[in-house]
Amino acid sequence: MQVNKPENFNENVIKALSQPNLKKVIRRTTDKAESKRAEAVASFPEFEKARLQGQKVKDHTIKHMGHYLAEFEKNAIAQGTIVHWASTAEEASKIVLDICRQHQAKTVTRSKSMLGEEIGLTHAFDNSEIERIETDLAEHIIQLAGDPPSHIVWPAMHRSREDVVKLFREFHKDPTQSEEIVDLVASARRDLRAKFLNSDIGISGSNFLLADSGSSCTVTNEGNAELTITPPKVHIVTAGIEKLVPSMAHAVPLLRLLTRSATGADITQYITFHNGPKRPNDADGPEECHIVLVDNGRTKMLANGMKEMLRCIRCGACMNHCVVYKHIGGHAYGSVYPGPMGSVLTPHLNSLEVANKQTHACTMNGRCEEVCPVNIPLPSLLRSLRAQSWEQKYEPLTNRFFVNVFAQVAKRPRLFQFASACSLIAMKIFSRNGWIRFMPMASGWTRNRDLIAPDTNTFMQQYNAQQKAKKLTTKP
Amino acid sequence: MSEANTNAVLSASDVIQCRNISDKKVGLFVTCLVNAMRPSIGFAALNLLEQAGCSVEVPQSQSCCGQPAFNSGDDEGTRQIAYQTIEHFEHFDYLVVPSGSCAAMIKKNFIEVFKEQPHWLARAKHLASITHELLSFLVDVCDFEPAGVKLDGTYTYHDSCSGYRSLGVYEQPRKMLATVEGLTQKPLNGHSECCGFGGTFCVKYSDISNEIVAEKTQNILATDAQYLLGGDMGCLMNMAGKLNREGHSKITALHTAEVLAGMTEELVSVKNAGK
Repeated sequence: MQVNKPENFNENVIKALSQPNLKKVIRRTTDKAESKRAEAVASFPEFEKARLQGQKVKDHTIKHMGHYLAEFEKNAIAQGTIVHWASTAEEASKIVLDICRQHQAKTVTRSKSMLGEEIGLTHAFDNSEIERIETDLAEHIIQLAGDPPSHIVWPAMHRSREDVVKLFREFHKDPTQSEEIVDLVASARRDLRAKFLNSDIGISGSNFLLADSGSSCTVTNEGNAELTITPPKVHIVTAGIEKLVPSMAHAVPLLRLLTRSATGADITQYITFHNGPKRPNDADGPEECHIVLVDNGRTKMLANGMKEMLRCIRCGACMNHCVVYKHIGGHAYGSVYPGPMGSVLTPHLNSLEVANKQTHACTMNGRCEEVCPVNIPLPSLLRSLRAQSWEQKYEPLTNRFFVNVFAQVAKRPRLFQFASACSLIAMKIFSRNGWIRFMPMASGWTRNRDLIAPDTNTFMQQYNAQQKAKKLTTKP
Repeated sequence: MSEANTNAVLSASDVIQCRNISDKKVGLFVTCLVNAMRPSIGFAALNLLEQAGCSVEVPQSQSCCGQPAFNSGDDEGTRQIAYQTIEHFEHFDYLVVPSGSCAAMIKKNFIEVFKEQPHWLARAKHLASITHELLSFLVDVCDFEPAGVKLDGTYTYHDSCSGYRSLGVYEQPRKMLATVEGLTQKPLNGHSECCGFGGTFCVKYSDISNEIVAEKTQNILATDAQYLLGGDMGCLMNMAGKLNREGHSKITALHTAEVLAGMTEELVSVKNAGK
């Protein structure tokens, strides 16, 4: 699959809308996610309290980021973990590859991590001599298909069961002839089991980093993170610095919010806190542990008035509930993170110049903010990125021209009233039976819908005429 | 302190508490879409506000709330538009708008562009405190109950995003519509899901907007209702325009105020005459 670029957003959208089955496969997942989340929230009366608490935990940690990072580093080192710092994506993926090369790794297993995608780890491995094995079922599917992820929780949601059947038959050693989900899962399990056991290095992401213990937490449904981490001799965690929370007690409310907001489940099958390398009496576990703490634009977001975005716990609820995402899917955004949260993140991870169109692909309907488990004001962050983009003059000249003319006219009410009256005259020319099917300058509207054509004067004209008539009749 | 001075320092929130004060001085902000595209909504608003005991003025110096500039990121353009809205409406007891999104713009977003101008920020905050969406104002502030309104048929209701999410408008229109004789509600699947209008969004991303509104119209048609009602002209124009393009002429889109003011007969006949 050809990878979309964020700067080609408009072309990506056209491509997405022309795919006949895309909307159907997206909706199969997002509709279910939406209704399951609604059920989960309805049966969790403390939800509003929990999200306020979650927001406070995140805000507190972000405010004291330096303090908690130092504490985390100290405690992680005390556990025997080697801590690395990376300020950019390139630095982070180089650190990971260097560790793998020092250990002469031939294969690495990886459990799903959006940060890994963000720092370009998948490409870095694919361009190296080291074989990358994705162990999350959905990541396994898109690795076979050669696709980038299209959702942060269900990266293969753009693929149908039929696609999966084809892929498994082509790539699995001992493929199933069945098309039943349970048999397909078994086929993936057979294929992956030996790879888990023979991997040289396991790489995971992290859902939470606990400052007071130096632990990292993974939340999965398949147990693949545990199998990725335990058998190999070396474990590498890659994590964004915003994953930090002060302690396990602080992670728990966020965990409750995360699983309910992501899949509607009260809890996932596996939640594991990883505490450095194997200790003398441990039965198993890695002999060496590394954690790579990644900034990659996060401190820039703090400085850029986007600190609320660092609350994000990557549940995907904003995209599941986004009317735009639901119609165009994740690939159209051309970035690792799609949907509302992606449209705020990408300008910081990449650049606003490249990713400003996404900030406009939003109706400002507020649904994402309504469902966000940590109250991120996504629409107003998007709006503020639009303001920055306006300042930097990234918008197409025609857009700027029309908005400028509009504002210049609208700030002069009498001129605005005159222009409104003129526009009605123009509309009358194109109107048939009270509707306009096509009108130049309004083709953005009339391409897809009719425009109501009033056969009256403006409200102000009528109102003023009425007032005048009243005055005349009341005069003695 | 004299009595006059005491009154002068009353905050707007105190004024809202006094439900039964008669002769509320209301400035009607018509909105640019109502002004040009559907003047009847403006007259319906006037009619209802007067029925509710308000003395209504329509300041001549008004244009647009500034959403096109604000949502495009043009803060300076937004300020230029906001200055005169503040100047011409701040002296009223209330600013009332027959649109959730324009009301939310004045109530929630003006303050966003005046963060660095304390004088204007204070005035914007005052204006925000007296600004109301029409339908919620009639119920929440005026305790208004429409009387003697008749309309035979069924309606379904689209809750526009700004009114619903930013301003919490949901019960008020339904409560008033329940008093209309002969009118029954048919619930709309996805009643608060965006219709795809989004102001400039619908022309900038016309094709995405089209996909969204196409789904909306499917849900609307599934109700088999005769009237599609709402509180925002932008959304109504979008949904009605799509329904008309698809050739569905049996359903009529109306603003709730038009129904409550009993203006449907002439409006419906105008629409059907064109078919």
